[in-house]
Amino acid sequence: MRFTALTVTLFAAGILGTSTAQAATEIQWWHSMSGQHNDKINEIARGFNASQADYKLTPVFKGSYPESMTAAIAAFRAGNAPHIVQVFEVGTATMMAAKGAVKPVHEIMKEAGEPFNPKNYLPAVTGYYSDSHGNMLSMPFNSSSAIFYINKDAYKKAGLDPAKAPTTWKEFATAAEKLKAAGQSCVYTSGWPSWVHVENFSAWHNLPIGTKENGMAGIDTVFQVNSPAHVKHIAMLGDYAKKGWFTYAGRKQEGEDRFISGECAMLTSSSSAMGKIRKGAKFDFSAHFLPYHDDIKGAPQNSIIGGATLWVMSGKKADEYKGIAKFFSYLSRPEVQMDWHTATGYVPITLAAFEMTQKSGYYEKNPGVDVAIRQLNNKAPTGNSKGLRFGNFVQGREVIEEEIETVLQGKKDAKTAMDEAVRRGNEILRKFEAANK
Amino acid sequence: MEKRVFFRSAWLPYALLAPQIAVTLIFFFWPAGQAVWLSFQLQDAFGLKTQFVGLANFAALFADSHYLDSFKTTAIFSVLVAVAGIAIALLLAVMADRVVKGALAYKTLLIWPYAVAPAVAGVLWAFLFAPSIGIITYVLKKNGIDWNWVLKGDQAMLLVVIASVWKQISYNFLFFLAGLQSIPRSLIEAAAIDGAGPGRRFWTIIFPLLSPTTFFLMVINIVYAFFDTFGVIDATTQGGPAGATQILVYKAYYDGMKAADIGSSSAQSAILMLIVISLTVVQFRFVERKVQY
Repeated sequence: MRFTALTVTLFAAGILGTSTAQAATEIQWWHSMSGQHNDKINEIARGFNASQADYKLTPVFKGSYPESMTAAIAAFRAGNAPHIVQVFEVGTATMMAAKGAVKPVHEIMKEAGEPFNPKNYLPAVTGYYSDSHGNMLSMPFNSSSAIFYINKDAYKKAGLDPAKAPTTWKEFATAAEKLKAAGQSCVYTSGWPSWVHVENFSAWHNLPIGTKENGMAGIDTVFQVNSPAHVKHIAMLGDYAKKGWFTYAGRKQEGEDRFISGECAMLTSSSSAMGKIRKGAKFDFSAHFLPYHDDIKGAPQNSIIGGATLWVMSGKKADEYKGIAKFFSYLSRPEVQMDWHTATGYVPITLAAFEMTQKSGYYEKNPGVDVAIRQLNNKAPTGNSKGLRFGNFVQGREVIEEEIETVLQGKKDAKTAMDEAVRRGNEILRKFEAANK
Repeated sequence: MEKRVFFRSAWLPYALLAPQIAVTLIFFFWPAGQAVWLSFQLQDAFGLKTQFVGLANFAALFADSHYLDSFKTTAIFSVLVAVAGIAIALLLAVMADRVVKGALAYKTLLIWPYAVAPAVAGVLWAFLFAPSIGIITYVLKKNGIDWNWVLKGDQAMLLVVIASVWKQISYNFLFFLAGLQSIPRSLIEAAAIDGAGPGRRFWTIIFPLLSPTTFFLMVINIVYAFFDTFGVIDATTQGGPAGATQILVYKAYYDGMKAADIGSSSAQSAILMLIVISLTVVQFRFVERKVQY
């Protein structure tokens, strides 16, 4: 009899054990959000975990965008990929081509029976991450755009009207000259040089970055960033660098810090720098649309997004996918989106969240937070301005940045550099095409 | 005088060697073989589709003028790191060898940097030299020097060389100090009695007697500059600006780890392997002849 009692006890313990394990299915979320944004991500995860008891979302910081992407790829190759990975817009083509490694979001939502309508999401964002049939492949998360910031105090000091930020590059030159004359050590700097001065520059002036609608209509695309307009713009930057109007700060967000410290009076960078600037700047600043060249017809068009989306990896259990679908629904809630948008400067991903923020009167109290979203929706996107999708664009963008650097160094003229960027970039595209036949 | 051990059984020596051989095979030859195999392939990032492309990866590399420039950058970088690292360490070792009071403290302090990880060393120096907030930048700007390694290639190179050298000096110092202490005092004293000044004593006695150490350190430092410095570069310049600090190993790391281009990265690794093998052979065949043991 003792034997049976023992078995019963063990059996009971077994049931208890499994039931506690089942209590929360863990969902791993790898991301690249550091600092203030990281805190916000943890807050979102806590909110989701508190909203239900079946799933436990665990966010893990995996380093910079390329780092977390390659970490996920390596993990996939080793057979233990995370459930969700945040991939930057540059990696979109690579992720889309990886059929069998990722599970499209529209499928996950459908299988889990979660209500999901792509039309509720911002068109400027969904267009970037949908296939040719309009199916959303990844979940929009943090989208920003390149915008223009000015230090109003520095403007005043230079005798400029702080209420009138330059709208064209001509007006920019006038302001830059005055700022320089007033002894501003760094007149203007920029984050993300290729994203701002080539990718967004192209969209903003309705110029193609590459053929086939910037690669969105096919992987047999070639770069076109050596057009006369592109060359003229890069040459202008080189000229400004020589005049001391443009201080190059690096390929990432280094420029943002130099604006925040007050060293640089003007900045073009991501709208997601807004929260950081508001917190750190000891001066009055304002945010504006990117300057444009008024001699290019049709400008300004609309800008394109940067930032990242959430991709779901394949080969997970049905129950886990259900949890992921629930999380995506939670993430799309207007109040969650509004909180994320207002705290970070990333644009809200749903129209409902945008309207909710409008109604709350937040934009009147915090002018500038809606600049990115207004700029993204400035005009109906054209084939040149709805986004871009180039294979291996991590390398492609690096090539563009290297070539821009040679112009700023004064080693090459803009034409030679941009021709070289196209030549090298196309080699990378052809390789991607060959590998993904 | 030679002491030799004879094994009675035929298999025992092999059995004793087996663990070492197994470790070498599994941890060195197996990955190296894989890299060579991957260098003939074209894969998508996730490894879902693989094609055999023969020598296409190598052909693409050698057709790329930027890759060829990377050889030059690597050569300049390695020579600077090895020469500066060895020269400064030798100077410090000679000085430390003369110190009588508190010698232990000096030596300990000089050995310290070796414990710092390359990436941390990079960050440290990048911080000191940061274009807008660095302390050294501040001093340089006060003196009218426009310091901006984010855009100026030579300054970026200088920065990574300083960080790499600083990191390696301790190691070199340790070996030089040991080498110096094994030189018989009587030799130096005899030379002193014969009227040789400190400079002459150094160049005619100490330096030649240190040559085995110098040679050893030269091999080690070149290998260090070739392979171990990518942490420094990744933490500071990331190969920029415009490829000015893109040494071969960093490019291989970047293309493989950040850009997920495994084929090209493997081809670059295979080329690096060849370079280091031939460099080491050259060093042992030609330079070693000049060494006096």
